Amino acid sequence: MTNPRFAALAFAAAIAFIAATMLIPNDYYFSAAYTVLQFVILATAWNVLGGYAGYVNFGSAAFFAVGAYSSVFLYKAVHPPLIVSIAVGTVVAGLLGMAVGYLTLRLRGVFFAIATLALAVVLYTFVVNWDYVGGARGAYILQPKDLPFGLKRYIHVLYMAMVLMTAAALVIARTIETSAIGRGLAAIRDDELAAECAGVPTLRLKILAATVSGSLMGMAGTTFPYYLSYVEPSAAFNLSYAVNTIAMPLIGGMTMWAGPLVGAVLLGTVQQVVQVTVSSEWNLLIVGVLLVVFVTLAPNGIVGWVARLRRKR
Amino acid sequence: MSEIPTALILNAIIAGLLLGGFYAAVSVGVSISFGMLDVVNIAHPAFIILGSYIAYIVNDRFGFDPIAACVLLSPLFFVLGLAIYRVYYLCFEKRGQESLRGLAFFFGILFITEVALVLVFGVDYRAVRTGYSDTTWRLGPVDFPLRLVVPFAVSVTMVASIEMFLTRTFFGRAVLAVAQDALALRLMGVDTLRVKERAFALSIATAAVAGSFLIVIQPVQPAIGREYIGLVFAVCVLGGMGSIRGTLAAAFILGLAESFTATFAGPSWAPAVSFGLLLATLALRPSGLFGR
Repeated sequence: MTNPRFAALAFAAAIAFIAATMLIPNDYYFSAAYTVLQFVILATAWNVLGGYAGYVNFGSAAFFAVGAYSSVFLYKAVHPPLIVSIAVGTVVAGLLGMAVGYLTLRLRGVFFAIATLALAVVLYTFVVNWDYVGGARGAYILQPKDLPFGLKRYIHVLYMAMVLMTAAALVIARTIETSAIGRGLAAIRDDELAAECAGVPTLRLKILAATVSGSLMGMAGTTFPYYLSYVEPSAAFNLSYAVNTIAMPLIGGMTMWAGPLVGAVLLGTVQQVVQVTVSSEWNLLIVGVLLVVFVTLAPNGIVGWVARLRRKR
Repeated sequence: MSEIPTALILNAIIAGLLLGGFYAAVSVGVSISFGMLDVVNIAHPAFIILGSYIAYIVNDRFGFDPIAACVLLSPLFFVLGLAIYRVYYLCFEKRGQESLRGLAFFFGILFITEVALVLVFGVDYRAVRTGYSDTTWRLGPVDFPLRLVVPFAVSVTMVASIEMFLTRTFFGRAVLAVAQDALALRLMGVDTLRVKERAFALSIATAAVAGSFLIVIQPVQPAIGREYIGLVFAVCVLGGMGSIRGTLAAAFILGLAESFTATFAGPSWAPAVSFGLLLATLALRPSGLFGR
């Protein structure tokens, strides 16, 4: 399938999905689906750099929070429409990804991983000390009263935005995967030195991937303050985002755009169920254990596993 | 700002050096595992917190001194380290997948340890009481709180003995040789796996001791391990990969930098220092101060 056709199909499917699910009367469905879709975007974004190029980003929470806090900042400053918040947060997080990539991607891959891990701590410190966006106390955001398209509740608007953003993220990931960029990134993953020798512009591709990956993570965070109508630093920078974002592509499979989608839908749904029936701490423990089990025993994830079964037949 | 009093600066320097001694104990394990063995153990801070909780239990139940208890219990951590390295080797290093999946593995261990501690102990801060917790020696205007001095002294002793062990004993030199060129060593018929395994186990054993220092210095909660991730790698990289002396020097530099930031900009800014230093080192001199 060509990429434009895939894009058309993805957005058509997204709109059909929205139309079909709008009839569900239960509000819980929307907030649960919102959370799962948010993880689909985060996992897909992580996979652009982590899965395709093999560079581990532990700072997903930082990029997510940058998106969320850019929305808070804009809300405090000018009360912009939601779409403007989304666009600005995406760009800011992308610039952050580019900056971190530029500083550390020239070195061994592990330094990038460590830098992203530390980045979360530093941005957290920065936000806690920044009173304009609420500091450690957090900030309140009022959901707008007037709703577009005759929708009934604000969560419907957010849900709709989330479905469309998910489609966009998947289209971007697939476009990168099937283009020359994707092949370049795969070459970097397999043997960076050989790729460099073969004329692949490794640094430029890595920085590009870091930028795209960061901006998509930020995009997922932009609607977060509106979703909860209250943000505090420890919620936006929660380490569970980083863990989930890594666990989902690893469980789903990292070499294809479908992997993070499968992993995120599966793990996200399991978590919603566990969170409601057991407790949120156990829920996190399950994610951690699944991550370790999959990474040691099924290194190619579910998609890789299915592909191998198909080949055998 | 008006003139800064000398006493304030002196106190900041002493506090920074004492803190730096503690940081050396926290980072020396990573200097061995990451710097020498090339095992990127980002779960190291989680083992430190585990050590803190063990010190807490022993102190709470039996009234033992936390530091002495953890020094005596560090062989347990040594065994734990052996087991972890075995799994890591079999699943990742042997297959050449350590860069991505090995990292994710350690990240998972970090997370599991943290959540397990939350499930058992809750998110409350835990503290220990020792005979010297509230004593402070005064030398003129300068304070020497014993809850910092004791960890400092034990830490510097530990780091110095590790340096002696690595440079003076046969096994220690074998570890340095693995760090230099593992392939060459294998070609000479050395079982590098066994050397790496034990060196890694040693690095985890230091985490137990560092954990006891941590809980003597401040109350501990499962999630604070994360704050030390940036710190340990900053110290390790700044000191130069695999240099124990460099680690000690870098730990003092970082301790001083944090102490001055806390004194003049406020303690809430201190966590940003290690990251700033890490980024600056990576950008300007990735081989560190004492790097080869």
